[in-house]
Amino acid sequence: MTPLALEDAVASYGAARVLGPLSLTLAPGERLALVGRSGAGKSTLLSVMYDRWRDQGAALMPQDLGLVATLSVFHNVYMGRLDRHPWWRNLLTLVRARKCDVTEVAALLGRLGLDDKLWAPCGELSGGQRQRVAAARVIHQGGGMLLADEPVSALDGPLSEVVLSALTDAYPTAVLAMHDVELALRFCTRVIGIRDGTIAVDQPSRRLSAHDLLPLY
Amino acid sequence: MPLTATRRVTLGLVLLAVACLPFGDFEISTHAPWEALGHLFMGLIQPDFSRVDSLGEALLRTLAFAFTGVGLGVVSGMLLALLFRHLWVRTFCAFIRAIHELFWALIFLQCFGLHPLTGVLAIAIPYAGTFAKVYAEILDEGDPQPERTLPHRAGRLSALVYTRISQAWPHLVSYTAYRLECGLRSSAVLGFVGMPTLGFHLSAAFAQGHYATVGALLLLFYALIASLRWWARPRLLPLYLLVSPFLLGTGLPITWSNVSRFFTEDIVPAPLRHGEGLGGLLPWLSELLVHQALPGIWQTLLLTQIALVLTGVLAMALFPLISRHFTGRLGGTLGHGLLVVMRSTPEYLLAFILLQLWGPSMLPAVVALALHNGGIIGHLVGRRSNEVQLRQDAPGGMDRYAYEVAPRVYGPFLALLFYRWEIIMRETAILGILGIATLGFHVDSAIQELRFDRAMVLIVITALLNIGVDILARRLRAHLRLSPTAQSEP
Repeated sequence: MTPLALEDAVASYGAARVLGPLSLTLAPGERLALVGRSGAGKSTLLSVMYDRWRDQGAALMPQDLGLVATLSVFHNVYMGRLDRHPWWRNLLTLVRARKCDVTEVAALLGRLGLDDKLWAPCGELSGGQRQRVAAARVIHQGGGMLLADEPVSALDGPLSEVVLSALTDAYPTAVLAMHDVELALRFCTRVIGIRDGTIAVDQPSRRLSAHDLLPLY
Repeated sequence: MPLTATRRVTLGLVLLAVACLPFGDFEISTHAPWEALGHLFMGLIQPDFSRVDSLGEALLRTLAFAFTGVGLGVVSGMLLALLFRHLWVRTFCAFIRAIHELFWALIFLQCFGLHPLTGVLAIAIPYAGTFAKVYAEILDEGDPQPERTLPHRAGRLSALVYTRISQAWPHLVSYTAYRLECGLRSSAVLGFVGMPTLGFHLSAAFAQGHYATVGALLLLFYALIASLRWWARPRLLPLYLLVSPFLLGTGLPITWSNVSRFFTEDIVPAPLRHGEGLGGLLPWLSELLVHQALPGIWQTLLLTQIALVLTGVLAMALFPLISRHFTGRLGGTLGHGLLVVMRSTPEYLLAFILLQLWGPSMLPAVVALALHNGGIIGHLVGRRSNEVQLRQDAPGGMDRYAYEVAPRVYGPFLALLFYRWEIIMRETAILGILGIATLGFHVDSAIQELRFDRAMVLIVITALLNIGVDILARRLRAHLRLSPTAQSEP
């Protein structure tokens, strides 16, 4: 995989520019944390990245998760691989799931502490459970890189670490928007601080401490 | 006191209906109208189920036509719904659903004769138009986010089924179940034009004065609809759909020369057929307009207006019957029963019965339309009123109705009434077949005289009138800022 690049990316809502112009490159194996105040432009930047890189196999975990409330947890996770199966198999899976798919998805859910919810409709889950289902979906999807917007915002300490390690194991290359600076420093190799839609900080994590990022907030 | 927009519109509609009254004909022309009603009542109390084989067959055929027609309508409606962003698809759907299933049946009777295909298509075509519109609305309400997170190269069909259709599934199912109930009513009514369903046996029993059989048929029909939720289980539906095409009966074989003659000769306007060219077409059209279309339109509008207002009055008067703010448990159950009977009797059937009792005039038509539609709207408004929370010290009785409940449900009530407007007009036109001088009367007479070219022009005019009323109702809803969600309700 070649490095991915954004050059002079901008985004506006109506007349107001909310992002950029900004440029950045992402090398393979690099895990980038986007930090900054809410409204600084993290989600917009992620969405711009997704539009540019979706053809190159980027997987997206948006802040509102994009789950289908009426489908079971299994089917929501399976949706990550709709592109790998022919349409008739996808339709059959809605009626009757194949054993090999169920085993695979159940193992993944087990790692995220959700194995007892395999057949529960997503609409009946709590916020934290739903977030783990969305994480399981992008992990199941696989691909060159992950773009995740606040992937652990609804999870508490130990669980958020479980989910972050699962995500980062599956995707060596990733961009994660994070509000927890400590976690961002631990799980990412590089931190980009966003302020007013532009890059204010861009450093490898090992050179930063949580204290250095305070001015962003 | 300033007149709000809602009051102005209400007052305008009521005044218009009152102004229409003197132009209508509301005479009871039979000699002993109440005696016949008494016979019918006795028939309902002492029904005669002894003709079981013909009763059983009537029910079986009614079910088979409903399932096959609605099933076909669901499939084609869903396909059309997926193309609904194209203007031509929307126009096409508006047109096919503006023509009543009985008109479709009359058209297909001319080409396919009494073949089951006639009944199936008569239900499937207008239902496909309605399904397309409502399915498209339901699918549009889904969250677009899941589609965005799918892998980029996921197939379009898989993406559609897993995201849009899965999200909308509960709404799609409940709407389809409701339309299945409508389909049963439509199927029963198709019997009046010769299909082997319930209406056929009903009109035969009426003609012979067998009121006990009429009572048995009606009771069976109510039982069928009331028990729908127990036997029309989602898991059993595929089975019903597979079996029903084989239970339609054989009817009479299709004469294919009739089919081709219908399209190439019968429906071609007479002057063109006789080679008089466009010069002859204009006088032909204007004669048709002046002598049939315009009087028909006038009578249709008149009757629709009166029936609309009476429907509204009835609905607002009846909804307390099922509202927990006005009735206890027992009263509520009885009220429910009454409204179920009112809304499950098709207006055509009601009008047919009342016409036998009172003789031909506008009266049976207005009463039938108001009873059926008032029952439906009253039921929905009553359900809506049950969502209202009253404060603990709220007044009781009439004060509670006038100050607490009625003002809160009036907006939704108007939205529902405007939604039914088009349906009331479509039914008004069709009641003409029974002998009331609306557009359907002229269509039916043209067909009896074998002038199918005229019938087609009149049917198209009826369809355009319905589309016009639908547009007017939508404008009024927007003007009064009434919630658009009433659309997906019946």
